[in-house]
Amino acid sequence: MTLPAYNFAYLDEQTKRMIRRAILKGIAIPGYQVPFASREMPMPYGWGTGGVQVTAAILGPDDVLKVIDQGADDTTNAVSIRAFFAKTANVATTTKTADATIIQTRHRIPEEKLKAHQTIVFQVPIPEPLRFLEPRETETRVMHGLEEYGLVHVKLYEDIAQHGHIATTYAYPVKVEGRYVMDPSPIPKFDNPKLDRSPALQLFGAGREKRIYALPPFTQVTSLDFEDHPFAVQTFSRPCALCNATGVYMDEVVTDDRGGRMFVCSDTDNCETRQADGHKGPGLPQLGGSAPTARETAR
Amino acid sequence: MYVAVKGGEAAIKKAHKLLADRRRGDRSVPALSLEQIAGQLSLAVDRVMAEGSLYDPELAAMAVRQSRGDMIEAIFLIRAYRTTLPRFGATRPVETAAMRIERRVSATYKDIPGGQLLGPTFDYTHRLIDPDMAGDHPVEPGARRDVTEDAAYPRVTDILNGEGLIEPDIPSDAEPGDLTRDPTGFPAGRDLRLQALARGDEGFLLSLGYSTQRGYGRTHPFVGEVRIGLVDLEIDLPELGFAVNIGAVRVTECQMVSQFKGGGEDGPRFTRGYGLVFGQSERKAMSMSLVDRALRADEFDENRAAPAQDEEFVLSHCDNVEATGFVEHLKLPHYVDFQAELDLLRMLRREHAAEKTAGTDRQEAAE
Repeated sequence: MTLPAYNFAYLDEQTKRMIRRAILKGIAIPGYQVPFASREMPMPYGWGTGGVQVTAAILGPDDVLKVIDQGADDTTNAVSIRAFFAKTANVATTTKTADATIIQTRHRIPEEKLKAHQTIVFQVPIPEPLRFLEPRETETRVMHGLEEYGLVHVKLYEDIAQHGHIATTYAYPVKVEGRYVMDPSPIPKFDNPKLDRSPALQLFGAGREKRIYALPPFTQVTSLDFEDHPFAVQTFSRPCALCNATGVYMDEVVTDDRGGRMFVCSDTDNCETRQADGHKGPGLPQLGGSAPTARETAR
Repeated sequence: MYVAVKGGEAAIKKAHKLLADRRRGDRSVPALSLEQIAGQLSLAVDRVMAEGSLYDPELAAMAVRQSRGDMIEAIFLIRAYRTTLPRFGATRPVETAAMRIERRVSATYKDIPGGQLLGPTFDYTHRLIDPDMAGDHPVEPGARRDVTEDAAYPRVTDILNGEGLIEPDIPSDAEPGDLTRDPTGFPAGRDLRLQALARGDEGFLLSLGYSTQRGYGRTHPFVGEVRIGLVDLEIDLPELGFAVNIGAVRVTECQMVSQFKGGGEDGPRFTRGYGLVFGQSERKAMSMSLVDRALRADEFDENRAAPAQDEEFVLSHCDNVEATGFVEHLKLPHYVDFQAELDLLRMLRREHAAEKTAGTDRQEAAE
């Protein structure tokens, strides 16, 4: 038997139009979750099907696509999604943030500032910022409609009462243009400030949950907080071991079984570009190595 | 020594090569043919067609082979293919009373017009592993009954309805909704509910149906009838002005006769739970009918407290392709978020230790 050839970027044009309508509605109502008839994709739900459908709907033959997962271009799922579009749409791909016209991402926003001609597409697992406070969609839709967001603040307040700090470190809820509370996808809160007034178009796709939402360029995005507990991002005390960058998000890499750790850029493109420019970090283990070497000899 | 996590692309290629190798298994053993899978593992193929929502035994057999017998993986393959197909229209409602029956049993009547037909069932087999299964022993053909032209197999629910003892079918000419083309909202309506259940995971529905029998949303069910066989599909062609037969599919239908509801204009009568599944799967059709009835709680002013009665809960979680994807995505890298959690936890522990020390100092000072 013969299986059919697929359309440009896999999805048929009818489906793309349906998704584009949802995207346009999302852009018209920033932060509002637009239901859409999400399709079954040839990769599993939860693995970026929402992002893939949004990318497929906006991708043109002249686009240059970058795909990252955890900030890296070479993580397996990023490789898989990039290969999917290289095959089904035959578009140019890149790992360079600056060269990309569309960036599909899971869990990070690149360190390099995005520009006006770029679109970033986020893969979203649970689009509903109120979901873990209220599991029912029928309820949360009403809460958004009535702008009833007290519950989120109660949750953040309870964190402070219990731990002394707001205990949300990623998927940190934001308010869009003073109206909708939105889930920024599970990016670390470190990346939240990058959402605010970004010149790039920011699109969010949740395939399994069948929702699309958007932030048009230069949309005001505020992370929720309290006057006496202002929003703050993570800071790292050491520079990147490879490129000496500071003020970037880091991965902690376990280097041995004796507490050895090194911190390296999560954004691989940023790190490699800096290294190519001659920046050099202090290199191997920076922390730990605390266990005596005697233990090894005793073994 | 820190080795950068590189070479994802090469690793993926090699993993898939190994997968293909393991799938094929021992090369000295002949490969499975699609005929063998469709002919000898036909209930596996039926399940893949039912939950994959695509009636194509050959394609389902390919999927079973490609997935190494992993049913949900096979269902996923079929779904991902199905979604690329154009939708031409909807058939006319299937007339299951005119089914070419292979099996049909009723638990509510000892005998019924058309008779009880056991058909190819596991029921009443003793579950002893048959030594013959180790070899290829000759198998005699099954006996065939003579089917007369005027043989009729009226549905048990129609017999009950003749007396007004059961709620009638709710007739509708409206085109049923399609959850693969429109986003689902709640309340979903019974057409979409039934569609979701027909595609839903057999194990999930089985457990939910079971839970209603154990008191979590009890419906006092009787199997009015289970029937398996071929039904004709007809589609209206506007150009012709009449319906034409486009083929036949094997289905399993279960009509569950449930708790009567009373009063009102029509007096007390039984209610229905309905199950219809591609292929031969009584377990699924029966589970589906139990859950369908439980989900109708609001229609009958029943207290909605059990999971099986909760439309949003059942519909949001019955799809195994969605469920497996999201559960299994946990194995994707999450180290960015984990780093954020580590960072916070270390800070909280530092503060905790500092507080403890301060607390001890204070206590000592007091002493």
